[in-house]
Amino acid sequence: MSFFVMTKTILKSLFSKPATEAYPFKPRTYPKYSRGSIAINTADCIFCGICARKCPTQALKVSRDAKNWEIDRLRCIACGACITVCPKKCLSMKNTYSAALTIKQKETFSNA
Amino acid sequence: MIEEQEIIPIEVSQLLGRVKQLYDEKYRIVQIGCTKCQDNLEINYAFDLQYRFVNLRITVPRSGVAIPSVSGIYWSAFLYENEIQDLFGVRFKDMVLDFKGTFYRTAIKHPFNQAEPKKEEA
Amino acid sequence: MTKRTIIPFGPQHPVLPEPIHLDLVLEDEKVIQAIPSIGFIHRGLEKLVEKKDFIEFVYVAERICGICSFIHGMTYCIAIEEIMKIEVPERAQYLRTLWSELSRIHSHLLWLGLTADAFGFESLFMHTWRLREKILDIIEETTGGRVIFGSAMVGGVRRDIDNNTLRAIARKLRDYEAEIKEVTDVFLNDNSVKHRLIGVGILSRDKAYELGAVGPTLRASGVVSDSRKLGYAAYGKIDFTPITHADGDSYARCLVRVKELFQSIDIIEQVVSKMPEGPIEVKVNGTPNGEFFARTEQPRGEVIYYAKADGSRFLQRLRVRTPTFANIPALLNIIPGCSLADVPVLVLTIDPCISCTER
Repeated sequence: MSFFVMTKTILKSLFSKPATEAYPFKPRTYPKYSRGSIAINTADCIFCGICARKCPTQALKVSRDAKNWEIDRLRCIACGACITVCPKKCLSMKNTYSAALTIKQKETFSNA
Repeated sequence: MIEEQEIIPIEVSQLLGRVKQLYDEKYRIVQIGCTKCQDNLEINYAFDLQYRFVNLRITVPRSGVAIPSVSGIYWSAFLYENEIQDLFGVRFKDMVLDFKGTFYRTAIKHPFNQAEPKKEEA
Repeated sequence: MTKRTIIPFGPQHPVLPEPIHLDLVLEDEKVIQAIPSIGFIHRGLEKLVEKKDFIEFVYVAERICGICSFIHGMTYCIAIEEIMKIEVPERAQYLRTLWSELSRIHSHLLWLGLTADAFGFESLFMHTWRLREKILDIIEETTGGRVIFGSAMVGGVRRDIDNNTLRAIARKLRDYEAEIKEVTDVFLNDNSVKHRLIGVGILSRDKAYELGAVGPTLRASGVVSDSRKLGYAAYGKIDFTPITHADGDSYARCLVRVKELFQSIDIIEQVVSKMPEGPIEVKVNGTPNGEFFARTEQPRGEVIYYAKADGSRFLQRLRVRTPTFANIPALLNIIPGCSLADVPVLVLTIDPCISCTER
């Protein structure tokens, strides 16, 4: 028979600061390798479209003629498949997430 | 190679006898799974005894067959058999609990056993 | 003459994180039969394998389950590697072991929290999840994702961890061990918790084995069975004994999982001290042709990935048998005879993960 097993833990948490972070006032810091969102350096991109073909969720659309690289952030699962296959290594993973959206829209990067 | 895996092809008529034999030898049922091949279906009955893996395989035509259920021997087999029945349309005779096609409520009946759409060969 | 009542339990129920439906046949307060019904979230991911390149399917395999995602991805890779006879480098094997054990710790902590919630101990639930968050932080630092690791790939692992970080992880886990012990002691010693778990839902040794139960559910009934002993990844070189308990009740299932937490911390220490240097991946050439049943141990038990390939870039068939699927018969067996109020606890003691059950 044991009672009050948890008392120590309860007292400890009563007198220590919260385990959670005061989020809006203190922004979250992400680890260096966090898979947040995909970024592109359009200057190096040759718009070959391999990334769009290899994307597991079809979140990317590349137009060679218009030199457009389009990403649907709501479809993207940040798996990094496009980064692995990119022949010019112009794609990279940022450790911050893309902003919340109120309407579905795609983000377009171009090198026109 | 992690482990040796024994795959034994058997006839449908031998199925219950072989499964009963494994049951008496204290094998644990690991899984029952179905594979769609070109013209027929392969059904794999996998068993394990102290990390020794044995797999019985029967091959049946893709439609219009009813095979005996092993759920009378291994009670837990009824889940696997209902799954195969719903996804592949194989009929199992004498199941201990037959959901009659309501185990998985899929939009298309027997989705895993559909006619192959023509593959575009590159 | 007692009257029979049928109570539908689930698919939406406060205690269930995921949809499973049970029809409970009651006589007064006592359940005499449970009839399951699943299929609410069947996604047909096994079918998708016919449309996705075998290398890319790892992304789908990892997303079959949100808790043991890494082990799903890894097991898929093992199946393909065995078919193609790829030798995975040592360091990758050890890293796979490390990540598998981190998932086990986080999954067991998650389970402990949910169980505490099921028997109405909210503050214990909060404390367990506070500790789980620390493990998730380690996972995010090393792989980039909190639950979807994205680090398994055919032929190795996608990401390396440098040796300083590895030692830091081992040190951190040593610190957390004391904290985890403080919280798990409540599960094992507190009177009110014991009252809800001891003697509830007894699954005898023979019955558990015959029903094909796996993982902690089977080990808590006294059967020594742990797929890690097959020696996949680096488990062949790690020294550990599967944890078993003879009683087979809910308390035993809880105890086995608590002990596995500390065992996992111990395995991670061994991994860190034995970590070899070297490459983390090999190049994959050609296409698979053949078949293999890959078996690994998830936090919930043994998972089977059956892959059959015919030499093209698309697998012919991928069959996943998840541990929860194998544990449902055990659940149906322990429910009859208990009272209605114990059903939520019993459903949770098999650690149900319905999304991966239905794939």
